[in-house]
Amino acid sequence: MSSSPAIPSIRPRRVALFVTCLVDLFRPSVGFAAVKLLEEAGCSVEVPPLQVCCGQPAYNTGDRATTRAIAAQVIDAFEGYDAVVAPSGSCGGMLSHHYPGLFDDDPAMKVRAENLAGRSYELISFLVDVLGVEKVAARYAGAVTYHDSCSGLRELGVREQPRDLLGSVQGLTLREMKTPEVCCGFGGTFCVKYPEISNAMVSEKSADIAATGADTLLAGDLGCLMNMAGKLQREGSAVRVRHVAEVLAGMGDLPAIGEPERG
Amino acid sequence: MSDVMSGARAQILDGIRRSLRRGELSGEARQDVEARLASPPRGPAVARAQLAQPEKVALFCQWAETLNATVARVAAADVPGEVTAYLMRNNLAQNVAMAPSPLLEGYDWSSQKMLSIRRGRGEGSDQVSVTGAFAGIAETGTVVMASGPDHPVSLNLLPDTHVVVLRESDIVGGYEEVWVRLRSRYGKNLMPRTVNTITGPSRTGDIEQAMELGAHGPRRMHILVVRD
Amino acid sequence: MESTAHAFKANVDHALADPNLQDSLAKLKVGFSERRRQAAERLPEFEALRDRARDIKNHTLAHLDFYLEEFERKVIGLGGHVHWAPTAADARRIIAELCQSVNARTVAKSKSMVAEEIALNEHLEALGIAPIETDLGEYIIQLRNEPPSHIIAPAVHLTKDQVADTFLKHHAKLGFDKRLTERNDLVAEARYVLRQKFLDADVGLTGANFLVAETGSSMLVTNEGNADLSNTLPRMHIVLASIEKVIPTLEDAAVLLRVLARSATGQESSAYTTLNTGPKKQEDLDGPEQYHVVLLDNGRSAVLGTEMQDILRCIRCGACMNHCPVYGAVGGHAYGWVYPGPMGAVLTPQLVGVEEASNLPNASTFCGRCESVCPVRIPLPKLMRHWREREFEKHLTPKAVRQGLAMWSFVARRPALYRRLTALANRMLALFGRADGRYRALPLASGWTRFRDFPAPQPGGTFHARWAKRKT
Repeated sequence: MSSSPAIPSIRPRRVALFVTCLVDLFRPSVGFAAVKLLEEAGCSVEVPPLQVCCGQPAYNTGDRATTRAIAAQVIDAFEGYDAVVAPSGSCGGMLSHHYPGLFDDDPAMKVRAENLAGRSYELISFLVDVLGVEKVAARYAGAVTYHDSCSGLRELGVREQPRDLLGSVQGLTLREMKTPEVCCGFGGTFCVKYPEISNAMVSEKSADIAATGADTLLAGDLGCLMNMAGKLQREGSAVRVRHVAEVLAGMGDLPAIGEPERG
Repeated sequence: MSDVMSGARAQILDGIRRSLRRGELSGEARQDVEARLASPPRGPAVARAQLAQPEKVALFCQWAETLNATVARVAAADVPGEVTAYLMRNNLAQNVAMAPSPLLEGYDWSSQKMLSIRRGRGEGSDQVSVTGAFAGIAETGTVVMASGPDHPVSLNLLPDTHVVVLRESDIVGGYEEVWVRLRSRYGKNLMPRTVNTITGPSRTGDIEQAMELGAHGPRRMHILVVRD
Repeated sequence: MESTAHAFKANVDHALADPNLQDSLAKLKVGFSERRRQAAERLPEFEALRDRARDIKNHTLAHLDFYLEEFERKVIGLGGHVHWAPTAADARRIIAELCQSVNARTVAKSKSMVAEEIALNEHLEALGIAPIETDLGEYIIQLRNEPPSHIIAPAVHLTKDQVADTFLKHHAKLGFDKRLTERNDLVAEARYVLRQKFLDADVGLTGANFLVAETGSSMLVTNEGNADLSNTLPRMHIVLASIEKVIPTLEDAAVLLRVLARSATGQESSAYTTLNTGPKKQEDLDGPEQYHVVLLDNGRSAVLGTEMQDILRCIRCGACMNHCPVYGAVGGHAYGWVYPGPMGAVLTPQLVGVEEASNLPNASTFCGRCESVCPVRIPLPKLMRHWREREFEKHLTPKAVRQGLAMWSFVARRPALYRRLTALANRMLALFGRADGRYRALPLASGWTRFRDFPAPQPGGTFHARWAKRKT
């Protein structure tokens, strides 16, 4: 579970944004929403240019050597920042929970990995647990349901924080699924290695979403969101899918995931 | 022990030691585990049943009923009467197989003229058994049976209905107190052949995950909780 | 039991197309997890007990040889026998010889996953000894000639109607020729049919949830009472248990019992928790004359001291599979062997070989729900990842995956190249997806687009490209 201290600092924190490869390639607005939220909370935000990926695809395929090489890159790129913040529970968890174990046989790197782990966070929990943010100024007219992405929930303890902030969004109502905490079936490479099982899981999630009557689905991980959006759209659902950071940052009027640009 | 046997035994134990990268336990390490066996440490204390005796008894009754036994709180003198009344209430014949227990003999069964009692072990045709209980566990409404000449195990299992006579003073909080009582009666590290801890009637969830009572053991359990 | 784990993908297809299975799984997904949650809530000490349960198991494993020897010493001292079986074949042989030594014609069996593991029933049948499954779920699947699909509820994959059909088919010759519709009637019919078999059985064979070293007792946790009938009425009681079932003391048993029933079915306590110690005493009125414990290794001692060791803490509660969304989608038979779900994904490769069971640790999203409910806190996703690492080292990972990963790794280690390629991919995907915002079909991504649309990237370039522009 999350062990972030809840003591906000007064001076602007020097925060590095860990963009994540999915946000970079598919939905940059999530990154800009993260920057906006962090700056509004008093941080100065930089984006180290040499970041690529947290290494999970290699890690979860069993290629420890490649994972170590990528982790070393990340450790180098994010040296010196007060905090490293990712708009993703799975990438945040990779940095804060899994990096140190990669270097059990390399004490010098292990120290650096532990150092990075100690200052790596998922975005929403950083805002709430570390910076003490209690509300946002955004408005969003809609009935929202929130999916708990697995790594964020179980590795980092992200559950109440996004709900608390969403509670402060004017015009927004929250409608919980029967089982928001059950996996959506993305699982990185799982969804293409075992597509039928993944489909069974995302179909259940889609039915749960539909039963809430919500018009919007939110979560904190783009992989989950793309998986669920893709399924909802294939089923002809009118539910719009966004990243929670976008709504909290007042960017909830952008075309939703999988929607074309208007005009 | 045959050669084959001792070879197999050594193979397994050596395999374990190889994996643990050590030889047979000796010295301080061995003393530590032997000490642990000699004075077994308890796990986290469960507060639920750490109550005064009257509350413990009440908790036992509550849990036993929740878990599908029926309970009657009676004075010692009323035990035989409650047994026959229970049989009558449930349209059962006044025929019981009773554990040959000195404790049960202390009740005045002759007062129940219609009640026919066979003392001994259980038979496949038994409809109702009457036994005592070694203890009751308040934490979960569980009765504890210790096998012996005064308590054949088959009486706990074969009949359709099991009537248990449990004294209030034998109701303890949790498993740990049962172990203390067992050691006190049988000796340290010594046990009767079978200790059954029984919570309610037999049941199964094997068909569509819905609980049905009366799988192979008794379908009904009636517990007389006796004021001493 | 013969493994079909290598046919996992075909098994999965079968499972997803089976409406009876899917109905049963729908119930399982909601039922067990809700009951477990409520049971955990009713006991404030539950989390502390889980920690303690983990510690007890770890302590025992670190001293497994000592505790097994202590257990043996106590059993022998009380007139019982202990047999050591390094392999499945050894265990089969020992049990067969024991049965033959009393001219056994029938063996009343209670549910034992270890017995499935060593394929005991077929072995006994070939020798003319009839094993009678008495656990209701096991009895049902024995009639249907199916393997178990869950470690504590073996027939959980079947609907009530399927059970009714099975009983009609097999019980008609006994005079039960009415097709039943109510669950309690089905249970009552099974009870009646099996009652005489208990009384007639020559040998009772049970598993064990725990072997208590302090007293030389085997401990069995059931709801039906069949195990207790099996170990009381026949002349011989055989306990078949794997070596990691041993625990030090009765106090340790109390901790484990408190987390076992709650984690498995959400019960405060199972109906029967029984300690058997040795054969009947001279003055007992019933009980077996002989008590034998068969200790099976079958690959477990080799797991000690390795990165997989934590799986030996498993107390076979089934919570992991009850909460696993993959198990919930495909059921237990898909895993192809005795142990399904997350614990099966870790244990099966160990016992049948990682080549045979290579799919099992891969068919997981690492959601971690299993670990979050495991009463002894086994880090199941981490252990599954270790299997993936071993497969990668042995080149068992499918070639397409290895190659894809190699290409991705090459690029990922070169940020500048990565930037250029992602900018290109972003432009292409955004361009062709611009009209609809998503792809209904995408070459190289058919695994995805078979079932889902694929969202197109936002137009305007990658985040890094736009961030760089923002700065200038």
